[in-house]
Amino acid sequence: MASDATSLEIHGTTPTMIAKLGILILLLLQELGGIFRMLIETASEIVECIRQHRKPMHLEEFFFQTNRTGVGSIPMVVLLSVFIGLTMALLTGYQLQIFGIVTLVPAVVSVSFTREMGPLFTGIVLASRVGAAYTAELGAMTADGEVDAIEGMGIGSLRYLVTPRILAIFCLTPCLTVISIISGIFGGAFVSNLLLQIGYGFFYDQVMTYLLVKDLMAGVVKSFMFGGIIGLIACYKGLSMRGGAIGVGNATTQSVVASIGTVIACDSVCNIIMITFFP
Amino acid sequence: MIAPLENLLEMRGIKLQFGDKVILNGVDLCVRSQDVLVIMGLSGCGKSTLLSIVLGLLKPDAGSVFFKKEELTELSRWKLNKVRMHIGMVYQNAALLSSLNVGENVALPLQELTHKTVREIRSIIDEKLELVGLSNARDKFPSELSGGMQKRAGMARALALDPELLLFDEPTAGLDPINSDLINELIVTLREKQKVTSVVVTHEMESAFSLGTRMAFLDEGKMILFGSPDEFRNSEIPIVREFLSPASVHKK
Repeated sequence: MASDATSLEIHGTTPTMIAKLGILILLLLQELGGIFRMLIETASEIVECIRQHRKPMHLEEFFFQTNRTGVGSIPMVVLLSVFIGLTMALLTGYQLQIFGIVTLVPAVVSVSFTREMGPLFTGIVLASRVGAAYTAELGAMTADGEVDAIEGMGIGSLRYLVTPRILAIFCLTPCLTVISIISGIFGGAFVSNLLLQIGYGFFYDQVMTYLLVKDLMAGVVKSFMFGGIIGLIACYKGLSMRGGAIGVGNATTQSVVASIGTVIACDSVCNIIMITFFP
Repeated sequence: MIAPLENLLEMRGIKLQFGDKVILNGVDLCVRSQDVLVIMGLSGCGKSTLLSIVLGLLKPDAGSVFFKKEELTELSRWKLNKVRMHIGMVYQNAALLSSLNVGENVALPLQELTHKTVREIRSIIDEKLELVGLSNARDKFPSELSGGMQKRAGMARALALDPELLLFDEPTAGLDPINSDLINELIVTLREKQKVTSVVVTHEMESAFSLGTRMAFLDEGKMILFGSPDEFRNSEIPIVREFLSPASVHKK
């Protein structure tokens, strides 16, 4: 299928804008189809494994991946979130001071971090840190014939390689999002106390007043989705890699770009749906 | 009267092409139980591809593959995985999992596909590693092994589930004569003592004639000769004669 799309570029005279757009859409649909096929085949391997009374995944492998994905990402998520929360509070406070409503800073920082910034930045951090690692790892295994060897033994490469990775990132993204939200709000509170004369007590009260459970739910639900998206794209890119060391590099770059792009696009769609249907 | 041996593996009219390039153009092949079939041919003629098709890693454009009379190309992924448990493959580059040590590599199919206890698995690992002469390399990682040792470790892994059919992709390529002999002896021992059927893809003439009970020659996507080693030696087909000439000279 991929060759069909690219052959348009080779055999066509000069592809028009519409033709180029068509090729792009076709490639995108191929990638989407590949990801869904991988997801369905992974699920069917797991179901069959359970039917045969065998463990679909080793817990040690799952915990190894959660440790790598979750615990390993905490420092970066905390660092990034504190600084973004800090900057956000500072810039918002600077603008709101003009109108004399600087006291709204805690509400703005907490709500926006909980609904938007926390899940989004956690997604971006995980896509570039964990997604890239998944793709590079699976890509190298594909290039060395290790994936074919696993498949050839009848183990089921999707169940063995993809399941613990996707499950780990799916479960850990919401946890990291909560850590990111807390860190961001803390960063905001710190700079508000330091430069905007908003005490910690007042900041805390304002957060408790304006921040609603539905804001937290919105952030957490989105983060589950982001985790799944990153895991799926990263594993698919790694397993569909072609062409040795350069191929691994290209697949990793494509995985990070596609994951971040998809996470941002999905975030926008989620926001539109949430604001429209659950105001 | 001895009953004729039945075909363990059969391939009928296998066709495969990548883009415009035809790799296999109607290959017919049958492997009887306890045979060692040696497949020869020029580089890039599709020998390794044929093994990938047997294992279901590649799906042919046309044709059928039968393993114990079961059509493999029609099977679902799960059923194919069950059949794969009866087929072992030794890859040209060994294809050991680099993040696992030798013992863990051999244990992998046992842990994932059987209900054996840790103790049973450990004893199978010891047995298979001893068979390939790697008892002392159990805790070593693939990167710490030589090429020959990696191939032997790959062989131990392929033997872990006691398969009925073993596929060897260039098992002795790039190895010194001592290691080559060791692997050849192992293939013969497996056939004689454990009644394992093997399909060996090789370029090494000496290996081919010392191992093969049947031989096949693949050229331009077709199996142009299939027969006993003697039929090969006496073949009048120019490309086969040319291919075998060093071995023939050596034999004389």
